[in-house]
Amino acid sequence: MSISREDVLHLAELSDISLSEDQIEPLKKDLDNIVNYFSQLDELDTENVEPTYQCFDMQNVWREDVIQDFEANREDLLALTVESKDNQIKVPKVL
Amino acid sequence: MKIADKETKAVDLVRRALERAKASDDYHVFISLNEANALERAKNIDAKIERGEKVGKLAGVPFALKDNYLSPEGNTTAAAKMLEDFQAPVTATAVAKLEAEGAIMIGRTNLDAYAHGGSTENSYFGPTSNAFDKTRVAGGSSGGSAVAVALDIVPFALGSDTGGSIRQPASYNGVVGVKPTYGAVSRYGVVAMASSTDTMGCFAKNAEDANLVMSIIAGQDVKDSTTLKDYWTRDLEDARPKRKTIGLIKDTLGKGIDPEVSKVVRDYADKLKKSGYEVKEIEMPILKYALAIYYIVVPAEVASNLNRYDGIRYGHRSSEANDLDEIYQKTRNEGFMPENKRRIMIGNFVLSSGFYDAYYLKAQKARTLLIQAYNKAFEEFDALLCPVAPRPAFKIGENTDDPLQMYMEDILTVPPSLAGLPAMSIPAGKSKTGLPINIQLVGPRQSDQMLLNIAAELENR
Repeated sequence: MSISREDVLHLAELSDISLSEDQIEPLKKDLDNIVNYFSQLDELDTENVEPTYQCFDMQNVWREDVIQDFEANREDLLALTVESKDNQIKVPKVL
Repeated sequence: MKIADKETKAVDLVRRALERAKASDDYHVFISLNEANALERAKNIDAKIERGEKVGKLAGVPFALKDNYLSPEGNTTAAAKMLEDFQAPVTATAVAKLEAEGAIMIGRTNLDAYAHGGSTENSYFGPTSNAFDKTRVAGGSSGGSAVAVALDIVPFALGSDTGGSIRQPASYNGVVGVKPTYGAVSRYGVVAMASSTDTMGCFAKNAEDANLVMSIIAGQDVKDSTTLKDYWTRDLEDARPKRKTIGLIKDTLGKGIDPEVSKVVRDYADKLKKSGYEVKEIEMPILKYALAIYYIVVPAEVASNLNRYDGIRYGHRSSEANDLDEIYQKTRNEGFMPENKRRIMIGNFVLSSGFYDAYYLKAQKARTLLIQAYNKAFEEFDALLCPVAPRPAFKIGENTDDPLQMYMEDILTVPPSLAGLPAMSIPAGKSKTGLPINIQLVGPRQSDQMLLNIAAELENR
């Protein structure tokens, strides 16, 4: 597997990152090195091995359905955005 | 560590810490100081003591906070342009617990942006210097916190460890670093990196102090459903190892490891033997694959966690953007450091259709094999002994052009992270040139205090 210029552009798109022309070539080299390093895992026999996504195997951690106070208030949260109006965050037209 | 009482004023403890922080300015330990709030808190504690009221277990003790923990006191930047002006509306559980016991945050420490890195050179605000050699790296990603303790600015500091970010800088600066069992400490209010391996821990000068801090911040939290039921106690004495058997991991002492590092580990093994431990060599060939597993699994989680930085609700927003897509794309290019972008893109690569099975799924299966190898080892041994890092602190700038080489520095710290195991970084020696070298003790889940007990027993021998 080797990473092409097109791969870099595709991954940048998937990652919602706009790259300038001068960023592409170094990223291609770095990503290529890193992905090639991964190929050593081919040496491992993982046939019939279950994957581990979460070390502690916890499932369905329940809590009572009651409102909990997480301290934050509306004003403080809205103050974090660039522009807001009538308690809503303002963004450019979507459609 | 000194706790405030009738004789020792909290204000004096905090002032001293702030003075030392300012005097160490050239190390670039802190992103911001919390002077006014800290002094105010100290005065309140002194007034309480004066009135004879009850104060907490860490009354007036100053501490440094890795700048990825949320607190409304100052900005929480994660050392990234993205969050340069971010004032957190909530307090991380670990910070709230410390403050409830009277500890006082005097400043926020430098890190690799979003905790991505092993040297603190990936900080938007520039690198932190090593406490023993200013031309060398502090380690990372919790570099600032490690140096804050090493320079005696504060008796303890908080850090986060996803793949070595507490243990490795602790080793580079010769202080105790605690990476607890996954789920021991709430992750609530800490900037997320990789949700299946993120752990919150601390730096301190000795095992006893570290245990005190951990006993306070650990515990179940409704705000983090992956937290474990409370098990951490105040008393280290109760946590004696049962069999006194230690496995010395042979695979971690050979090729690619500085002979001076191997020697420190072997010397520690000898000290253990003299203290009545049985030390036997063990082979764990799976460990050499851990780095590849880690750099697949973690970037995948990073890519997901960092999707939230879109320039809309909080954080940096590009001023060059004309429409919504451009807001996302330009904001993220401007707000993230190059290493953040590499990890996000690798993460999206291993998760993308066509590559998911070959990389992400393969890595998660290999992770199972790694966990099985640890489980087997713990049938025989109380704990495993190995180095923390392949070599002592390297020169600033030495690895910055080669990300893969930088990842190699994590080769010994990532295995316990992938298995959710506790791992302690314990000062054990120095190189001929005077650079600190720690050893690493790894134990089964929830054996954190047993590991600290072993470290405490050997501290003065």
